[in-house]
Amino acid sequence: MGLFEKFLHTLALPRWGVHPDDHKRPAADAPLRLLPLPARLYVPLQQHVGQPGRPIVLVGQKVLKGQLIAEPQGRISAPIHAPTSGIVAAIGEITAPHPSGLPFNAITIESDGDDRAIEARVPSDPFALSPEEITDLVAAAGVVGLGGATFPSSVKLALGKRTRITTLIVNGGECEPYLSCDDRVMRDFAAAVIDGVRIMMHAMGAIEALVGIEDNKPESIAAMRKAAVPFPEIKLRPVPSRYPMGSDRQLIQTLTGKEVPSDCRAADVGVIVNNVSTANAVHRAIRLGEPLIRRIVTINGGAVWQPGNILAPVGTLASDLLAFAGLKSEPARLLMGGPMMGIVLPHAQVPIVKGTAGILALAENEIVMPEASPCIRCGNCTRACPIGLLPLEMAANIRVDNLSGAAALGLSDCISCGCCAYICPSHIPLVQYFTHAKGELWSQERSKLRLDASKRLAADRAERLTRETKEKAAAGARRKAERAAQKAEAATAAAEADSSTETAT
Amino acid sequence: MNNALLAAAPPTAPHALASNSVSRIMLTVVATLVPATLYGFWLYGWPAIDLWLVTLLAALFGEAACLKLAGRQALPELFDGSALLTGWLLAVSLPPWAPWWIGVMGGLFATVLGKQVFGGLGFNLFNPAMVARVFLLISFPVHMTVWVAPLPITAVTAPGFHDGLLILLNGIPRLDAVSSATLLGFAKTELSRGIDLMHSLAAVTAPGSSLAGARTGSLGESASFLIAAGGLVLLFLRVITWHIPVAMVAGIALPAAIAHAVDPARYLDVTTHLLSGGAMLGAFFIATDYVTSPNTKVGQLVFGTGCGLLTYVIRTWGGYPEGVAFAVLLMNALTPVIDRYIRPRILGRNWRGAPLDPDVERAKS
Amino acid sequence: MIAAIVSLTLLGAVLGLGLGIAARKFAVETDPLIGDIEAMMPGSNCGQCGQPGCAGAARAIAARTVPVTCCPPGGKALAAVLAAKLGITLDLTSVVDEGPKLAQVAEETCIGCCRCLKVCPTDAIVGAAKQIHNVIREACTGCGNCVERCPTEAVSLKPVPVTLQHWVWPKPGLMAPA
Repeated sequence: MGLFEKFLHTLALPRWGVHPDDHKRPAADAPLRLLPLPARLYVPLQQHVGQPGRPIVLVGQKVLKGQLIAEPQGRISAPIHAPTSGIVAAIGEITAPHPSGLPFNAITIESDGDDRAIEARVPSDPFALSPEEITDLVAAAGVVGLGGATFPSSVKLALGKRTRITTLIVNGGECEPYLSCDDRVMRDFAAAVIDGVRIMMHAMGAIEALVGIEDNKPESIAAMRKAAVPFPEIKLRPVPSRYPMGSDRQLIQTLTGKEVPSDCRAADVGVIVNNVSTANAVHRAIRLGEPLIRRIVTINGGAVWQPGNILAPVGTLASDLLAFAGLKSEPARLLMGGPMMGIVLPHAQVPIVKGTAGILALAENEIVMPEASPCIRCGNCTRACPIGLLPLEMAANIRVDNLSGAAALGLSDCISCGCCAYICPSHIPLVQYFTHAKGELWSQERSKLRLDASKRLAADRAERLTRETKEKAAAGARRKAERAAQKAEAATAAAEADSSTETAT
Repeated sequence: MNNALLAAAPPTAPHALASNSVSRIMLTVVATLVPATLYGFWLYGWPAIDLWLVTLLAALFGEAACLKLAGRQALPELFDGSALLTGWLLAVSLPPWAPWWIGVMGGLFATVLGKQVFGGLGFNLFNPAMVARVFLLISFPVHMTVWVAPLPITAVTAPGFHDGLLILLNGIPRLDAVSSATLLGFAKTELSRGIDLMHSLAAVTAPGSSLAGARTGSLGESASFLIAAGGLVLLFLRVITWHIPVAMVAGIALPAAIAHAVDPARYLDVTTHLLSGGAMLGAFFIATDYVTSPNTKVGQLVFGTGCGLLTYVIRTWGGYPEGVAFAVLLMNALTPVIDRYIRPRILGRNWRGAPLDPDVERAKS
Repeated sequence: MIAAIVSLTLLGAVLGLGLGIAARKFAVETDPLIGDIEAMMPGSNCGQCGQPGCAGAARAIAARTVPVTCCPPGGKALAAVLAAKLGITLDLTSVVDEGPKLAQVAEETCIGCCRCLKVCPTDAIVGAAKQIHNVIREACTGCGNCVERCPTEAVSLKPVPVTLQHWVWPKPGLMAPA
């Protein structure tokens, strides 16, 4: 690139975000591999935003691949299916892929090695189906957003009924360094992705689809462009490589110029964003009748022998995947997801879930974490923030526990993308301040609700007690009156008797 | 689940960091000051080198002593480069042949009272170097306004190493022999004597204003061009952004251009204003200090413009011939206010912080 | 000299008089604060603060005789709103929030005496005579009244276990600068 072109390129970049080293190759270029079926799969009941699934199988029961093993509870939830055939070995707590190392519930399936699938019914022509029928099929297949948010896709598709959706944005940004699973999906399954996009457009009534792919993935752009040729309503839109381009609001703004109001969802401005892997999952659910039971996971990092992308069933332990890819050295840090927003795993004995894009085993030299030093107010964080927040001011407020002050500065708009902490020359753990404050505010909110509820209960009880005393008093009075009446009656009767005897005498 | 696991905070995202650090920033700024400083050394010889060294050591000593008193680990913070930069900036703004105690008092004042009493790096309200310079100017007006004409170190008459030390210890020996005035000071004195600029600047006694920088003043003033070049390097390296320097230069240049056009006999021209005093040093190195300047782009524009305008006002109508230090300190005091009222727009919200109207956004195509 | 002394004395006298009159004229009989604070309290009159009910606690808080952090069921959230109400700056880190505790009935020892039901301020215990009682966790405030009443020590307060839904990322170490 010439100096002038480089200059033009710099001018065209959005004025937010950061540009971390992407570390995507050679993992992205390695051909997709299939993981040999693990002996045991640990299928969590909570792999999506919303209510966890409710298990409908019993320990010892035989299940087939694709069989429903946990049904959704509540409006926002997703069903869970058996990733392979075998026997339900246990239903209980296992370590969650979560930095806290806390447990959550999962169904353990002991594979029988046959990988025998349940019979699937497949509609002959999805485009003859009504949007509701497609939404129901997608819901039944347990498809959730695979870009990381794991929001149930059917709920998103159904938004088309409530508000008019004009544009489906297909997110092929994959701006997180190290990860290349979406890249692989687009390279290997471009036709399937385009088909999934068309089905989703049909389901939500969108008239056009914009596929946004970061320009550091030329192979994907070429493959997708080729697959989209017969469908003029699907437009390929390469976008500059800039973290966090794969974030909903940033991609919408880059592709359509629309800004999603902070209290609204993308659907409110007529746009819905879906990940390319989600489109692929929708395609498989509708065309093959296959529920979401496996996904492509990037195994990468300096400690990995053969970095690359692996097709693995949901519920596979991270340790199985790492063993398959091989480890050069003991990883200094294990991550689920990318280095910018991914979470630390307490150990490798945790299962991958529907939303797991990658497992990173980082070597010692990749995680230099220098000590934090005082903020010098350089303002790099405010320039990097894709939302336009003032991270340094918010962190200063949170440090002295002024959570409401941080909230007034827009803490709720923070998407935890990590740009501020990445760029900070003082290495202040800004994201940790914000995650802590958000959690703390949420738990305060919850205890306030609880307080209100107990206040209501106490008032109800007080009211009941007074009512009961009143009723008791009333009953007492009534009994007294009755007794008095009886007495009076008896007295009159006696008097009458007396008088009668008197008269008799 | 074990409790030890819960008690220890797990490492948070992001797990990657940009390869930047406070000390790297500070040392980059210092590095861009080096050419101007070396040129200054060449112009003013050994006394200037000695004063520079003394000032730097005093600043570092003040910082180390405070850190020690506060019970903090002195070494890492001492070597983050911030005290070095503060001392350096002060040194290049002092009269080059000032006695040693000017440098010592200034250096100590800068890091101890200008910075550490506020809580150290990042907590000071005012630019430490400028606090010290103003303290010196007010306390020792005579010593702080005795300037010498450039006398290159190679010149025969230039003081050698030994004479340089004597000057540092005892002050300038024969004051009237070498002393000179800065261009701004000269102009101001002559104007107050009723001699207009047309005549005073044309006189033989007028201090030189050679564009190459060989002009009477501090190291930073004499080497204005090299200072500006260093500032451009900082811009290019993205250590600073253009907002403050451009706004400050505009804040000086615009009123200067207008006033000079109206009455050239009374008001100095733009070039003189920009190359004299601490204008360049102020615009690129002093006003751009992260800690004491606003952290939004608009805020920085306001701040820079304020610095520039105040500098011009003080130079033209104030009692002192030079006003960069005062202007910067005044605007430093306003920085919290600017930061409070000028905030970036949050995505999805308007400038007042209310959410945008979804129907308007929907209509955009 | 004399003029200055006289004028300042006069000025002081006039201002002092004004203050005195204002204090009489605008005197507030009862503290309106008490009512406001009482409205914020849980209202379960559990007595854990050592005050006679929530109204008593509100009086004591308004009089600043007990700290705003005195109410365990209210926790940090209540302490924060009370501090805001009273204009106190409160260091919430010093509030030892042991985390919520809820009553739990040991099924082996419960004899179904119904005594605990009667003292529960929020009707959070269900049961009938000779039946094992149970605590509705959503309604329990953890006040502990039932613990004292139980003749067989079957009721106890147990800390609510931290779950994924409740886990909050810890604040960066206090030494960490910002």
